[in-house]
Amino acid sequence: MTLLFQLTLYLYLLATAVYVAHFLSQQKKVRAVARAILLVGGVLHTVYFVVRYVAAGHTPLTSSHEAVSFFAWSMTWAFLSFWWRYRVKNFGVFVSPLISLLMLIAAFSSQEIRPLAPALKSNWLPVHASLAIMANGFMALAFCGGVMYLLQEREIKKKKFGIFYSRLPSLEALDNLNQHCLTLGFLLLTLGIVTGSVWAKQAWGAYWQWDPKETWSLITWLIYAAILHQRLTVGWRRRRAAIMAIAGFGAVLFTLWGVTYLLGGVHSYVG
Amino acid sequence: MLAESIVIIGVNHKTAPVAVREKLAFSGDCAGPLVTLMNIEGCRECCFLSTCNRVEVIFVASDPAAAAVAVRGFLFAKSGLADAEAQQYSYLHQGRDAVAHLYHVAASLDSMVVGEPQILGQLKQAYREAVEQKTTGVILNRLLHKSFSVAKRVRTETNIGGSAVSISYAAVELAKKIFGTLRDKSVLLVGAGEMAELAAEHLVRQGIGRVIVANRTLERAANLARRFNGTAVGLAELTSQLAEVDILVSSTGATDLILRKDEVKPLMRQRMNRPLFLIDIAVPRDLDPELNDLDNVYLYDIDDLKNVVDVNKAEREKEALRAEGIVAEEVVKFGQWLEGMEIAPTITAIRQKANGIREVEVAKTLGMMKSLTENERRSVEMLANAIINKVLHEPMIFLKNSTPHDNPQLKLAFVRQMFGLDKESSDQ
Repeated sequence: MTLLFQLTLYLYLLATAVYVAHFLSQQKKVRAVARAILLVGGVLHTVYFVVRYVAAGHTPLTSSHEAVSFFAWSMTWAFLSFWWRYRVKNFGVFVSPLISLLMLIAAFSSQEIRPLAPALKSNWLPVHASLAIMANGFMALAFCGGVMYLLQEREIKKKKFGIFYSRLPSLEALDNLNQHCLTLGFLLLTLGIVTGSVWAKQAWGAYWQWDPKETWSLITWLIYAAILHQRLTVGWRRRRAAIMAIAGFGAVLFTLWGVTYLLGGVHSYVG
Repeated sequence: MLAESIVIIGVNHKTAPVAVREKLAFSGDCAGPLVTLMNIEGCRECCFLSTCNRVEVIFVASDPAAAAVAVRGFLFAKSGLADAEAQQYSYLHQGRDAVAHLYHVAASLDSMVVGEPQILGQLKQAYREAVEQKTTGVILNRLLHKSFSVAKRVRTETNIGGSAVSISYAAVELAKKIFGTLRDKSVLLVGAGEMAELAAEHLVRQGIGRVIVANRTLERAANLARRFNGTAVGLAELTSQLAEVDILVSSTGATDLILRKDEVKPLMRQRMNRPLFLIDIAVPRDLDPELNDLDNVYLYDIDDLKNVVDVNKAEREKEALRAEGIVAEEVVKFGQWLEGMEIAPTITAIRQKANGIREVEVAKTLGMMKSLTENERRSVEMLANAIINKVLHEPMIFLKNSTPHDNPQLKLAFVRQMFGLDKESSDQ
């Protein structure tokens, strides 16, 4: 099982290296190789979760290792699903390093399978946890798109065309990507919070109890709600939308790690 | 040597000033020149290319030196220049140099703006007319076709035609980087001068959705707008139009700025931050340089665009070096084909091919008949040998005997094709 995880990690790292090679050379064949490696990595990663599920006897989304690894899994499949309908030039070279980084973090967390805490024994666990983490996956893609937007815009604005101008897609395409990812991510995040709330009602008798994780999830949700609302009403798009996607992702990361390590609370057994 | 019979004589922007080139004065029609050229003693094949930057004759002659003088005489007939002067203004390439030169021309490595693709179309047109007049034969047909495929290789394997090298095209490219597709976008032309017209033409060709023209005199605006199926407005409507359009091209003769930062800033709110691409091609400038500081506003003036163009041109020069490698490689390949286009190498090649087949088939048969005695095996080998020799006998006679009416190249090409001798290299 550890071997399976390591293999996945190495494949993601290799895909990252090949994506970088493609970014520099712009050879189509190299990109096809990178995508194939990432796809195999994604499949192995899926197998890893199935194996871990069988070994643990419960949904493997309860430790820090599992949560971060699933975060990387969501990003990989969200990115690969884009290939289906929504292609963005040279997106992979920005997404794959982040996937690899998450996997490295997961690799350094404890990988042992611990028995399920009694409070988590519920059918809501897989639903709530996977929705919340998959939302993170799309937010991470929006973050990558935001970074790409700022890099591309900088070159156009400064009138100095470097390595990015010809390689990155148009600002319009990147802005669309931003909206696309944020909309899907926001939908998943909303569902994640709602299912968590219903579960809390069943487990503890209250929909909401201002646990730090809950509070920060709500703050994150409000940030993304504001971004999407402002885009439609006063035109927060383009540059500002890119910056907000990056800032929003900061809130996502804080909710994921900052809360666990700094603030504690009922979600802390995830860690 | 067959290769030495291929000659190119020409005049281009590098060897002759426009004052000389315009005296040559060939109109668009190639048929006349082609007929004249074919009447030159010893000229077996020819193709005539005439563009605004070059006039070239590509020909194959049995006595190249004599034909060259006649061809040059024809080229400079209307100029009144003596042959000595004509030699000074023209170039003559022979054999492999001629092949290399033609490849350079086709791949746009010899053009005024390296990498501009028009020349390939002009060369193809010249070839088409030569084919219609039946002035090309085995050698030029292959040479011209090869030059087209070399041009294609250069285009796909290097980035020579990659980025814009004219001001208006650079502006269009930038617009695409900002807006993606231009289909649902609109442009406002301020000033109805020639530059505005050129920019609009490019944008319309790239599929821009709507053209609006604003000008001091409404009549000129209306004239230009009609050309692009657009609308004309007065200059007073500038700011109200600016709330709607995506691209603005300014080229007025105004001595002062016509648009300032404070005027556009409130507009961006009204525009819901939709990006605005401002192109200022007027000298002195029309648009406040500080406009570029506004979020989602991109301002390029004429110098910025010139810089983009200069950078792109330098990039093309670099790519041209890589293209040289491709050309050199292809010249060698053509040289090999030319060497094969003689009787002796063709006979050798046919024999080799036949012997290759014989050896494989004999080995296959003997492999299946293990019980044969040594004598019987030798008989099988002799049988195969005899069949090959008898079958090849008549074609060999046909190749070696020539009657005065024969076209030797045509015969060789025919035989080589029949035996499939140029299979790998004739990949088109």
